[in-house]
Amino acid sequence: MTALPIAASAPRRAPARVLPGFNLTLGFTLLYLSLIVLIPLSALFFKTFTLSGDQFWAAVTGPRVMASYRLTFGASLIAALVNVVFGLLVAWVLVRYDFFGKKIVDALVDLPFALPTAVAGISLTALLAGNGWVGQYLEPLGIQLAFNPNGVVIALIFIGLPFVVRTVQPVLEDAEKELEEAATCLGATRWQTFSRVIFPTIAPALLTGFAMAFARAIGEYGSVIFIAGNMPMVSEITPLIIIGKLEQYDYAGATAVALVMLVVSFILLLVINGLQTWQRRRSGATS
Amino acid sequence: MSQALSSTKVQAGTTEARWIRRSLIGLALVFMFLFLVLPLAAVFTEALRKGLDAYLQALKEPDAWSAIRLTLVTAAVAVPLNLVFGVAAAWAIAKYEFKGKSLLTTLVDLPFSVSPVVAGLVYVLMFGAQGWFGPWLQANDIKIVFAVPGIILATVFVTFPFIARELIPLMQAQGNDEEQAAIVLGATGWQTFWRVTLPNIKWGLLYGVILCNARAMGEFGAVSVVSGHIRGQTNTMPLHVEILYNEYQSVAAFAVASLLALLALVTLAIKSFIEWQHEQELKASANTPPERPHPQHPS
Repeated sequence: MTALPIAASAPRRAPARVLPGFNLTLGFTLLYLSLIVLIPLSALFFKTFTLSGDQFWAAVTGPRVMASYRLTFGASLIAALVNVVFGLLVAWVLVRYDFFGKKIVDALVDLPFALPTAVAGISLTALLAGNGWVGQYLEPLGIQLAFNPNGVVIALIFIGLPFVVRTVQPVLEDAEKELEEAATCLGATRWQTFSRVIFPTIAPALLTGFAMAFARAIGEYGSVIFIAGNMPMVSEITPLIIIGKLEQYDYAGATAVALVMLVVSFILLLVINGLQTWQRRRSGATS
Repeated sequence: MSQALSSTKVQAGTTEARWIRRSLIGLALVFMFLFLVLPLAAVFTEALRKGLDAYLQALKEPDAWSAIRLTLVTAAVAVPLNLVFGVAAAWAIAKYEFKGKSLLTTLVDLPFSVSPVVAGLVYVLMFGAQGWFGPWLQANDIKIVFAVPGIILATVFVTFPFIARELIPLMQAQGNDEEQAAIVLGATGWQTFWRVTLPNIKWGLLYGVILCNARAMGEFGAVSVVSGHIRGQTNTMPLHVEILYNEYQSVAAFAVASLLALLALVTLAIKSFIEWQHEQELKASANTPPERPHPQHPS
């Protein structure tokens, strides 16, 4: 039992001796990670402990908070699903077809990563408000996309689009055409080839992209608050609840809701990591 | 002849009928136009709605200037900090095997999945008046929250993983062979890093830096919590946009927003250039395997 770890670690340590800097870089990494991320996040837990169980429960299940969970999770789910459909479409078109301006379209996909969220927020609001470019045509039809939950979904679609495109695109590029050729030679229709050969290959990537877009949407704040209208019980997202409690100096209440969000995002992070491992194993197995 | 016949058949089998192709391209372009091009165009049109003079006037405001200055200072501190961290973390994670490595990699990614509002809140809990260090900071007359240091800390938090995340997969793919050769030939650790590793990772590094910079300059949620919104003092550009917008100064808000949109466009242009450059290099060195490390994106 005692001999085993030594035997196992001996060959592993060998490269570490050749390349210098292990202690320095790992030490710095751990120090910086602790100072910037881990210790501040632990403050969230310790602050929550100042609340009794009942107080905590009351803070995280108040009617306004519950309504905000419904909106945040519901809108994020819808937006991520829309992004799966259109993200797959955009990735497919970019990888498989040639058309004028393809390079520019490809570069534009990353716009939501690069454009500050507040800018996206005011600009989407300007477009969709009753007097905006798009809003003025929709309002006579009775469609309102700004200052209600619809606006939240639209802002979250904008934010999440690149995640699905950029996770599916490389997998689609690497997918072997020979498999499709074989399917065709064996008499499959194009739709059968897509649904039974191509889709299973890209499904893990699609799911990863979905989870990433969903995780990002849940925490999103900047782009949403301008377009949401922020009416309590109707169009108030959970991050805004935290801000609201902070502004009333209800630090413990804000912390309790923040802890719920932190736990959710941690679970999603683990899910995404698991999905990525699955995806890597999948693509490793086929190639 | 039979080969030619079968190859055209297969060709038809691995792509779609022309009308399907055209409608898919059309649908994708319409979606991209509605969700990406229109919002971008709206920023500039709204900014120039009352003409160029009003636009320039809005940018000459002293409050706008101080917001621009604070944004530049914040990025100038946050990006180098995360650059040093990113290189160190990538070196430790990609070059060595150790216990808890996958946990460490997950923890490095953590700030991406934390809501920006929560990121801001944790610093208020640490350094705010009622926070852990609040009384001590007050006694020594140091302001962190609702002041510039808090803004910088929150920005460092949200941009924490950007550079590390670009470098880790890149350095893992490149392996240790070249570095080991350099060490065996008598190079010191620093020489190896500067002359062997750095040239190999320079494009990934630059890519991480521009993404980190774009996010640092554009961060809104986290900074909004710790800033205190003091005009002319603790307002970054995105916060200034919000204030102007809420005061119904639409042209001024979009004028400042247009600068941030330009920053986004420049970022995208540099990113495309890096990808193009990287492809050229791969083509030039024929003996390098044609893998294309499509840079991973932040989540």
